[in-house]
Amino acid sequence: MTKSINLTLKVWRQPGSQSSGRLETYEARDISTDMSFLEMLDVINEQLTLEGAEPIAFDHDCREGICGTCGAVVNGRPHGPEKGTTLCQLHMRHFSDGDTIVIEPWRARAFAVIKDLAVDSSALDRLIQAGGYISASTGGAPDGNAILVPQETAELAMDAAACIGCGACVAACPNASAMLFVGAKVSHLALLPQGKPEAARRVAQMVREMDRLGFGNCTNERECEAECPKEINITNIARLNREFLKARFFSSEK
Amino acid sequence: MNWIVQTFASSVGKKTMMAVTGLGFCLFLAAHLAGNLSLYVGRQTFNAYAEHLHSLEPLVKVMEAGLLFFAAVHVITGLVLFYQNFTARPSRYAVTRSAGGRSVGSRTMPYTGILLLGFVVYHLLNFHFVDKTGTTIYDIVAAAFTDPVTVGLYVCAMIVAAFHVSHGFWSAFQTLGANHPKYMPLIQGAGLVFSLLVGLGFGLLPVYLLAVS
Repeated sequence: MTKSINLTLKVWRQPGSQSSGRLETYEARDISTDMSFLEMLDVINEQLTLEGAEPIAFDHDCREGICGTCGAVVNGRPHGPEKGTTLCQLHMRHFSDGDTIVIEPWRARAFAVIKDLAVDSSALDRLIQAGGYISASTGGAPDGNAILVPQETAELAMDAAACIGCGACVAACPNASAMLFVGAKVSHLALLPQGKPEAARRVAQMVREMDRLGFGNCTNERECEAECPKEINITNIARLNREFLKARFFSSEK
Repeated sequence: MNWIVQTFASSVGKKTMMAVTGLGFCLFLAAHLAGNLSLYVGRQTFNAYAEHLHSLEPLVKVMEAGLLFFAAVHVITGLVLFYQNFTARPSRYAVTRSAGGRSVGSRTMPYTGILLLGFVVYHLLNFHFVDKTGTTIYDIVAAAFTDPVTVGLYVCAMIVAAFHVSHGFWSAFQTLGANHPKYMPLIQGAGLVFSLLVGLGFGLLPVYLLAVS
């Protein structure tokens, strides 16, 4: 049943990447519980615009939970309190009338705040450029079926490939580590025959790039898998560790 | 850079060093605990155990050197990781809330680790680097644990050790890539049991010695 709630928002406002920011308080009145979290922010931004104030900048694109663009830390939880949900798919029915909601951007040395809640997460793109691809020509769709892949392996690879690169794992990690992201990318390709020829080089280069970009180190806190909107689990990190040790000690990859 | 140096200096390499040395300490703890249980039997048994251990002198020296090397690797790598992980998030969140992944053990790992380092130094000064002429190791231990403050310190240290092991044990397997749907629940269960054994096994000894003194 649709109802309206009133909320107090404390939103991180930061004019630019070089400036300092602070939490500003806004009253959100008559918010329909059918709205998504981003629609609620749209309403606030319309109000701010009418008042002549600067609207809150936040990242968003598809708004259907598949692109990985949106994301903010809501009351200390990346993408909010619901399990397996992106911020755009979080609905206001999960909040109660009178709640105070603190909204902050992803925080990590490797992710710079561009403005307010908008964050430069291109470090994840650089990780993909370091090796998160295959360079062999795999032909068209029928050629893909020429190499048989057991269903179980395909499912494991698909679970890892579900990663949308939103960066919630980094935001959730107490150490700001990108191990779940890299683990998902390495696993996805290492499991499949098309990815195997370059597996050693891929994992060596991706780990090197991850360290160079200033992400933290994984200490198995498991916050990443608990917050991942695609529920990618840490067995992918274990596979990354295996692949790394295998590449380092048993391949000719330098 | 040399590939070996590069491997161990990387984030995954540092994790691996923590895991291998940590599992080494788990083995040491198990052996140390098994030996210490002879304290419950009495003076003669414990002294006989200590004497027998020292009759294997060259082996003991090699093990001690190994433990010292492992400790150096574990402590230095741990401190580097602690510093790097702290600086990986220069501006902190105003609100932090766990989604249920972290445990008390995992959350306090660097702090329990530093406390344990202090404890190990204190423990070695108490029982290892002492004058053992004209007395036996049982008498030194029994005399030390007549003091309730010392007993309290040891009990607290063992609670700290139990928390450290509760995260460290399963975490080492995960780090070495041994996460298997069949075995991981067993490893996690074994880690919990082992941390309880460490906490209770070592922790109750000083209390027992105080009670019988």
